[in-house]
Amino acid sequence: MAGEEKSRRETPVDEARDTIFKKELVQLIPHLRAFARTLTGDPTAADDLAQDAMMKAWDARASFQLGTNMKAWTFMILRNQFYSEKRRSWRQSQLDQEAAERTLVAVDDPEAPVALDELRLGLSMLPPEQREALILVGAGGFAYEEAADICGCAVGTVKSRVSRARKALQLILEDGSYDRDGASAGDAMRSILADAERLSTVR
Amino acid sequence: MGMIEHKTMDQRRKGSAALDEARLRQQAIGVKLRQMFDDVVSEPVPDEFLDILRRADRATGES
Repeated sequence: MAGEEKSRRETPVDEARDTIFKKELVQLIPHLRAFARTLTGDPTAADDLAQDAMMKAWDARASFQLGTNMKAWTFMILRNQFYSEKRRSWRQSQLDQEAAERTLVAVDDPEAPVALDELRLGLSMLPPEQREALILVGAGGFAYEEAADICGCAVGTVKSRVSRARKALQLILEDGSYDRDGASAGDAMRSILADAERLSTVR
Repeated sequence: MGMIEHKTMDQRRKGSAALDEARLRQQAIGVKLRQMFDDVVSEPVPDEFLDILRRADRATGES
């Protein structure tokens, strides 16, 4: 039975290629999950999205050239998947906001640094194209050129989106325009500065 | 003339201090952004992911 299955495979070369592809794809799963989380803001929806993207990548493996940037390729697949689903759901922008609020409320550890939640909420207030550009370049470690490939736009467009996103995010965090109850304006920026300092001394 | 030059120097100093402060804030935001992302990257991958991939791989052999 097993032998019969094996003999029906196309060629041993394809099999070896699949193995290499799969190994590399598995290593990218944590990164796909992280990117999906920043797009959806909701851990469960993010994992669904990351799984869909992983399977799309697997199904399209024949069109991928081994040795080229698989991370950028899979991120592009995930991003396309996200936006095609989003188009289907007119309520999505509303859901984004709800997810951001839920994420904020979900943190009940009083010792947890407040900065990350403020950052998440700040990010959710940015226009989506600015948010994704900033995340790809500022958190995902992509070069502007790679981010441009992923988003399907010009390098200059990515640069200006990242720059505008950085400025806007700083303003949001400084002004406290997200208006979190109880927290006074500027608290978010203060805690982010303090937290970043703490992290850099730890590392 | 001297006063004006002095004032300009002072303003320049203030300007560069503000620039340093802005840079510091941007760096801090950058650190937090990476932390936010890396926190998820370092989470253990749910078994579901590998299960799905394994099933798909097996299906490939059968097709």
